[in-house]
Amino acid sequence: MSQSFKIRKGYNIKLVGEASSNDFGQYNASTYAVSPLDFPGITPKLAVKAGSKVLAGDTLFFDKDRPEVKICAPVSGEVAEIKRGAKRKILAVLLLADSETSYAKHGAFDLSKGDREAAATHFANTGVGAFITTRPYGVAASMNEQPRDIFVNGIQSGPLNGDLATQLAGKGEAVQAAISALALMTTGKVYVSHDLDAPAVPELQVDGATQISFSGKHPKGLVGTQIAKVAPINKSEVVWTLNAIDLSIIGRAILTGEYAPEYKVAVTGSKAMNTGYATMLQGVNLKELISANINTDNSRLIAGDVLTGIQLAADGFLSFGKAQLTAIPEGNQTEFFGWVLPGFGKFSTNRAFWGWLFPNRKYDLDTNMHGEERAFVVSGEYEKFIPMDIFPQQLLRSILIKDIEKMEQLGIYEVVPEDFAIAEVACTSKLPLQQIVRDGLNDLRKEMM
Amino acid sequence: MKFAQNIIDKTRPLVEKDGKRNLLYPLHNALETMAFVPDHTTHSGAHVRDAIDLKRTMVTVIFAMVPALLFGMWNIGRLHFTAIGEEAALMDSFLFGALKMLPMITVTYAAGLGVEIFFSWKRNHPVNEGFLVSGLLIPMIMPVDIPLWMVAVSTIFAVLIGKEVFGGTGMNLLNPALTARAFAFFAYPTWMSGDQVWINTKGGEVVDGYSGATALGDLATTVGQSMDSPATESVMAQFGTGGHYSFMNAFLGLIPGSIGETSAALILLGGLYLVFKGVGSWKIMLSFFVGGLAMAGIFNLFAVNEFMGLNPLHQLMLGGFMFGMVFMATDPVSAAQTETGKYIYGFLAGFFGIMIRVFNPAYPEGIMLAILFMNVMAPLIDYYVVEANVKRRAKRVVHA
Repeated sequence: MSQSFKIRKGYNIKLVGEASSNDFGQYNASTYAVSPLDFPGITPKLAVKAGSKVLAGDTLFFDKDRPEVKICAPVSGEVAEIKRGAKRKILAVLLLADSETSYAKHGAFDLSKGDREAAATHFANTGVGAFITTRPYGVAASMNEQPRDIFVNGIQSGPLNGDLATQLAGKGEAVQAAISALALMTTGKVYVSHDLDAPAVPELQVDGATQISFSGKHPKGLVGTQIAKVAPINKSEVVWTLNAIDLSIIGRAILTGEYAPEYKVAVTGSKAMNTGYATMLQGVNLKELISANINTDNSRLIAGDVLTGIQLAADGFLSFGKAQLTAIPEGNQTEFFGWVLPGFGKFSTNRAFWGWLFPNRKYDLDTNMHGEERAFVVSGEYEKFIPMDIFPQQLLRSILIKDIEKMEQLGIYEVVPEDFAIAEVACTSKLPLQQIVRDGLNDLRKEMM
Repeated sequence: MKFAQNIIDKTRPLVEKDGKRNLLYPLHNALETMAFVPDHTTHSGAHVRDAIDLKRTMVTVIFAMVPALLFGMWNIGRLHFTAIGEEAALMDSFLFGALKMLPMITVTYAAGLGVEIFFSWKRNHPVNEGFLVSGLLIPMIMPVDIPLWMVAVSTIFAVLIGKEVFGGTGMNLLNPALTARAFAFFAYPTWMSGDQVWINTKGGEVVDGYSGATALGDLATTVGQSMDSPATESVMAQFGTGGHYSFMNAFLGLIPGSIGETSAALILLGGLYLVFKGVGSWKIMLSFFVGGLAMAGIFNLFAVNEFMGLNPLHQLMLGGFMFGMVFMATDPVSAAQTETGKYIYGFLAGFFGIMIRVFNPAYPEGIMLAILFMNVMAPLIDYYVVEANVKRRAKRVVHA
């Protein structure tokens, strides 16, 4: 009997431009890029230099403090350039792909032996360990840690998220292998979550995992919510999280030893001329896909969804771990007395505009801030969107004054930035909540290390 | 629209001449962002944002205050003409009140925004919207004939000491509008209390039987009197059906008092609008009402004088209770910030308000003092609510 929870606090932001069932097929490009910026909490140390030949699954860079955290090449080819920014900060490793991908030989992993050490080494060496995030701090996990539990998030309920059933279709064998391998990594449980409001994903009906299911509003699709409902994180505990869509990649690395970080990426948003799914590797250059399917005139291109996604240039590369592209209009225009008008057509989580009379309307939202940043004024606002037993505003204040002890007491171990995303959208004072939480986690981690 | 944009664009270089440090820059910026929601786009975190901002929240509160404000204008005119025994049409009464009220509103905004703009310039941040509401609240809780300079001084005191010394909007401990009133009340008591200040009687002879007292002022005279003395009985007759301060009159607001506070019905309407719009906290309003009712009910049980013996519901319709409940206690910055805390805060504010009013008849403004007191106590309430969460979390570790 699986546990089931209903999430009442939250908000479903309904946008136009959902992915159609249209299948664009395989999308390839000649250049790929892997950016250390996609991995918060990592100090990258390069394992390659410009001109190096690499195979898919060879380490490109690793974390200076935790060398077992390795980020690998998605394709085989040649390192074209190490892109650097101010103070020689590494921005990206650019790869020129071979026409035919050859894989680094890590070998298949023998699940039957049940050897945790070997599993950890295999995860790290094949590069799939990078898909696992560790809480607290929300950074790439070290395979040398022993997590209390592992949470696999099988719910994609964010704005315009793709349909997981479509994205995982036919990957059942790999998914099962990944779950069996993950089960070796923890002495606790491997939880797999299911969305009761979305089409069932038969591939996720796996052995060796504890099934949990959720219904209701987003953020039911954030693993932080799921952990908070099932078994909240306490101080000095470690929990690993990953997305169900990554299981097929992990499974392939277990079954064959090959690192092939391939997703069926949902192409979405009101600025997408054609929506649908395209199969591609991470780090792929998106220039051609974008120019063929997206109206780039005054558009914001996002890898991921509008809540937590990363902004892309029109010739950008698919960010790590993102199985969605969203294109929405930029909101760089002023509005005459917009704060006084009734606002029937305006998106608001608040009843102060009349748009709430139409709860099922889908919005074509742009990126306008709709106001200037202010101090905290309204209270009780964030609580409506964060279904956890924490006091969000008090926690944010403790972060702003860098009071580590207070942060701990108020439950910073339980959160990562994405948990504050809807509250950030709703915030009357337009405060950068996700950035504040990220800064708080960084301060805390520095203190602890 | 284009025209307005042009003016704003043309004047911007003038105020930006010496960087953004020009004293007029905050004013220009305030007017610009007021006329046009800026074209700023998201640059970190979520890529889309809610249409709401602080301006919208504040203007919603102002909309909610308008019915009580308009009624207040009419009521001061009506009371004036009745007192000097003249018949007046609805419009005449209203115009009389409007002519009293508009200068007060103008002076309040000028004084308060002057201080705000100075601090914006000093601290190099945009002008905050908080004063939009305070600036209208202050005139609404003043007696009709208070000199404008007193309004200005009280406002400046409130913005300066009540708000800016703590760091501006969002940081204040006390409700600025109530701070202004408390300042005026203690600094200029002869203009803020008694039976001379609530009705304007200039320009005519008062009619026979005229009394300029408020309901609470009259009630206070019964304290210490025996309950069947003729004086007490004549006062209490005013509270019966058909009397001057009957329940219906108090509910509708046909009684003397501060300009905006008299009409419980229209204040309640504003309160419903705020709750409906999700801007005012129903938790605070409800618990405030329950708190006041509880105290008035307890007094009613022990009724040793007529003030205590007054029907509890009737008690709540008098003075600043309803206005305090809807527009003062709900100020999100000075109220309790935790959801549980709001119940406690509201209940105690209502409870103490009635208690102060009845126990100390020299302070008919018990509500004002109770809310200010609870403003100070709110952080303490929040502290214990949050501490309970901290303890619960700590316990989890022990059990795990």
